[in-house]
This record gives sequence, C-alpha cells and structure tokens, in this order.
Amino acid sequence: MAHSSTKKKPVGAMIVMGIISLALYATLLLKQDVVNSTFAQGGLYALLPIITAFVFSYFHGTFTGHFWTVLGVEAAKKKMEVK
Amino acid sequence: MHDILSNFINLDAITILYLFGVGFVGGLVSGFIGSGGAFVLTPGMMSLGVPGLVAVASNMCHKFPKALVGALKRAKYGQVDVKLGIVLGISAEAGVLYGAQIQENIKKAFGDAGSNLYVSVAFVVILGTVGGFVLYDAWRTYKSGNSQTAETTGKLAKWVQSINIPGTMVYFKSIDARVSILFTIPLGFSTGMLAATIAVGGFIGVPAMIYVLGAPSLMASATELVIAFVMGLGGSLKYAMHGLVDIRLAMIILAGSLFGIQLGAIGTTYVKPFMIKVVMGLIMVIVLFSRGLMVPVYLAQLGLIEKLSEGTVSLLKTTSFAIMIFALMLGAFIVLRAMWQGRQAERMQHATGALEHGKV
Repeated sequence: MAHSSTKKKPVGAMIVMGIISLALYATLLLKQDVVNSTFAQGGLYALLPIITAFVFSYFHGTFTGHFWTVLGVEAAKKKMEVK
Repeated sequence: MHDILSNFINLDAITILYLFGVGFVGGLVSGFIGSGGAFVLTPGMMSLGVPGLVAVASNMCHKFPKALVGALKRAKYGQVDVKLGIVLGISAEAGVLYGAQIQENIKKAFGDAGSNLYVSVAFVVILGTVGGFVLYDAWRTYKSGNSQTAETTGKLAKWVQSINIPGTMVYFKSIDARVSILFTIPLGFSTGMLAATIAVGGFIGVPAMIYVLGAPSLMASATELVIAFVMGLGGSLKYAMHGLVDIRLAMIILAGSLFGIQLGAIGTTYVKPFMIKVVMGLIMVIVLFSRGLMVPVYLAQLGLIEKLSEGTVSLLKTTSFAIMIFALMLGAFIVLRAMWQGRQAERMQHATGALEHGKV
C-alpha cells in the first residue's frame, strides 16, 4: 500500500476563502470612485481603511496560507539539522 | 475633497501587476527577516505618479495587516515574543512621531533636497555601520564552522541582561532573562525613528534585539513583525485621518505580499539562524550603495557642490532605483534558495530514515 504521510489538504477552505477574497478585491476595484471619495474624508472615516485592511488580511491571509499548503509548501516537519 | 482625490492615480492592469509583484517580493523578504520591501515600494509608487505622502501612507496601510499575518504565522512556529514586540512597538510609535516631526522641520528649513539628503545620509550611516556589522557577524559565524550550533549571547547583551534596575525589570521569553525597560525604550524609539526616516525600522530593531538584548535571530526577526504591526497601525490611522491612504494601492500590494509573507515565514523553518543575518546584512549594504549614489544629487540641489548635468542626475536616479530592486530580488532569491535546499535536505532525511527502517 502506498505510504502517505501527508495530511488532508484544505482545498475546500482555500476555494471558499479565495472566492471571498476575489469578491472583496472586485468590489474594491469596481467601486473605487465611491471608496476613494468616502475613505479619503479623514476624521472618523479614517477607521474605514483600517477596518478594510483587517478584513482583507483575514480572508486573503487565510487563502494564501491554504494556497501554499495545498501546493505542498509547508514548514519543516521538525527542527531541521541545518548544515 | 477634489484636492484629496487628485492624490489618487488611475489604476491599469500593468500598474496592478507591478504593485502585486513588488508586494510579493517585499512580503517574502519581510516574512523572513521581519522587515524590508518598503524601501522599494515607496519610491516604486512614487514612480507611478503617487505623491510622496500618499505613497508612505499607503505603504504603511499595507504593512500592518501584512505584519499581522506574518506574526501569526511565525507565532505558530514558536518564534514570536509578543510581550517584547508590544513593549518595543509602543516606544517605536513614539519614535515614529518624533522622527516625522524632525523630517518636517528639516523640510521647512532646507526644502525637499535637504530632507532627501537627511534621509540618504541616515541610510548610509546606519546601514553602513549596522548592516556592515550584521554581515560581518554572519560571515564570522560561517567561517568559524559554527553555523550548526545554537547562537550564543554576545558580550553587550550579557552586560545588558546583568544590569538590575529595580522596578523596571521585565522578563522576556525570547531572551529568557529579565531586562530593564530602560534599555528597551531607546531601542524601540530608535526603531520608530528609523521607520519614520527610511521606512524600514527593522534595520535597527532586529539587530538591536539580537546584539543588545540577546534574542536569537529567528525570534528577533519574527518579533519585529509585531513591532511593525503596532507601528504600522498607529501610523496608518494618523495618515488616514488626513485622508492620505489610497486603500486600493495598499490592498493590491497586500494581495501580493500576503502570498510572499507566508512563504518567507515558512522559509525560516528550513534555514540556519545565521541566514537571517546574511539576508538582512546583504540587503542593508546593497541599499546603502543605492542611497549613497543619490547623495551628490541632493548636495548639488542644495548648492553645496557643483551643479550636475540632467543626464548625470537621471543616470544616478535610475541606477539607484535599480540597485534597490536588485537588493530586494537578491534577498528573495537567497530565501527561496535556502528554503529549496532545506526542503531537499528534509526529503533526503526522510528517505534515509525510511530505508534504514526497511519501509522501502
């Protein structure tokens, strides 16, 4: 029997997060005029770019994490005996 | 409102791809050494026609979420000292505000050329001394053949750890010792000042954590991400209150840099700790030459030396920017190569282990 030490890859989670991330970027670019005019008002509106950054980093960050895992690029299994 | 909106450039597909690409490489290096990328991103955005302040603000607004994702990733590998990061981050925030004030005063007194000269001289002096030392230390470790062994605490760090000032001592897990915050405050402050001046506070923060406090390279570079998050969040809020953040630029760079930072963070699990110093030292020294080339341009603008011809100025500017990009690309190349070699070595170990146990 083929020996496999790999865990189940998070393909589903990657796709879901990827779609959400893509939707966020599409909205940002398609509505850029509204976004710019609202976000650049300063004052309390300053919270909008900050919140946006957190939201994008959550969804896109999770997607990119899964992306490398699905590609098989993961951290060293144990402390490497580096040369 | 109209004035503010005129700060925002039109985005086409090539611009988006360019920002995504630079973001990716910058993220890769940041994930590995804790900082980097900003020195290419800010002038890179300005070359697209983005006003200087909007470029700085948008860079900062991509930096803090990137640093957050990188810090969380590296925390999974046990490399982050959150307490040290927050303590240094708060004092760094004060340093950013002070550094920005100095910049403003210099600009008022000596104009753009004076301000640029100040930034370039800061680059050359700090990168020359700190970067040179980091690179020398990495070279010494490599030559001594001790790159396998755990890093040892230097004399300065041992002295800092030995000083006991009652009421100011805090235990930090990365150092595994109690250190007076009277030492950490100036270090954080300098990191912030440098971040406000040359946009890359980590060039002071990481070496300071390694050589002054005695933190291992891997933990220092990971903890720098916490400092970058704290500094970046405060800075972004400040700039956003003046409507200077172009969220589109910030998020497009973030799109690329989150791919990069994950990869850079993974890379740290495969390499020898002294590789952090190699990458950081090399980038610092190469960037130093890049900024050094610009010094005559600013000196001429201030009338301190003879006027340079337009052709010479243009050549120096282009060469300077090309060297900066080279520094970042070289850093990324070393990270990817080290990671590739580490993965190959791990596979070999597994294969050998399987053979020895008769599994194959």
